[in-house]
Amino acid sequence: MKSTIKLLAIIFAGSLIAVSCKKNDDPAPAPTVYYQQQDQMGRPAVNTVMNASADKNAFNVTPPSAMGAAFQTKFLNNLVALDGALFAANPLYVRYSTNALGMSPTALTTTLATDVLGVSTTGATTLATLTGRTLADDVINIELQFLFFGGTDGSKNPQLTNDNVNANDKPFLAAFPYLAAPF
Amino acid sequence: MKKNKILLTVFAAAALITGGIMYAADHIDAPAVTNTKSDITDLYVFQAQTATNLVFVANTQGLLAPGATAAAKFDENTIIEFNIDNNADNMEDLVIQCKYNASTNSIDVYGPTAPSEKGLRSKLEGSVTASAAVTAYGSAAVIGTGATGIKVFAGPRDDPFYFDFTQFGKILAGTAIGFNNPGTDTFAGTNVMSVVVEVPKSQLNSTGSINVWVETKKKI
Repeated sequence: MKSTIKLLAIIFAGSLIAVSCKKNDDPAPAPTVYYQQQDQMGRPAVNTVMNASADKNAFNVTPPSAMGAAFQTKFLNNLVALDGALFAANPLYVRYSTNALGMSPTALTTTLATDVLGVSTTGATTLATLTGRTLADDVINIELQFLFFGGTDGSKNPQLTNDNVNANDKPFLAAFPYLAAPF
Repeated sequence: MKKNKILLTVFAAAALITGGIMYAADHIDAPAVTNTKSDITDLYVFQAQTATNLVFVANTQGLLAPGATAAAKFDENTIIEFNIDNNADNMEDLVIQCKYNASTNSIDVYGPTAPSEKGLRSKLEGSVTASAAVTAYGSAAVIGTGATGIKVFAGPRDDPFYFDFTQFGKILAGTAIGFNNPGTDTFAGTNVMSVVVEVPKSQLNSTGSINVWVETKKKI
């Protein structure tokens, strides 16, 4: 009887160990933490100028590979409307045909609709040649000239292709982190 | 008049947003408003002082007044992610992820590395490759350097963006036919929260050019 109880006790203890070992063999994995897109940007002011307000939120959560199909036609329509309205407001306005980089309205809006910044990894980087964007680039003048046919010397629509704010309010740093200290 | 109205309708709301900032709305909201931390104001990518490196800058939380800058913070639930396309298909082949770590008051950098999945959802990839304590307002810039040569800075900076946005709004509204000379920088005297990451070009798998865009993503 005593040995039977001992045997039962050993079996019972053994089964408890077996149960607890089994539990330790299957720990629950930590759940993966995911992050979901909120905002997005490639080139300066594209969402600003080329999208009506109803399209801005969608633009911010559309992957760039899908942007062309979703937005190029809207951009073209908006550019044509803007060009027409500027002419109606000022008969001296020279209407868009090609821009300083030789792009037709279709070519320009096709480029802009996929909102990515092209960057050279072998040389100079500047928005003027679509090879990057430096802190000192006057991106507004560059983009005004893309849109309003300023040409390389701003001669066509000078009232629209230069906002006459051509430098930052503080000088940039030559060395990392390059941006100026805050005000 | 009708065509001016078309201009106004299409672009008036657009004119309220520039460089990614909700101008009219966010500049009257407190910078501590949560969704502002996801608001990107600008992306810059340029050759570094060392020509074999490339610099990535993401600015957020625009139009910070000097008096509000000391209290501005990064959000631990928001990652700032640079996306890099190597083969001109506009899909990310590499990501550089920047995440605020509240326990160390630092920005931790992950990558450049291939993401596990492409598109609107991300997870942090691999282990931290560089880290820097967030530079406090008024302090000298703190620079972190990782073992692979990546440098990182995170903290408030003068907003490098400059534009006579006010006058542009008048042009779009049809109340002006052009810019003034001289113009007035609408962004003068304002700050942003900035992350600057400098990366050896050798880590970017590039044969000459890349496409880059920046995203903010929030924990779900």
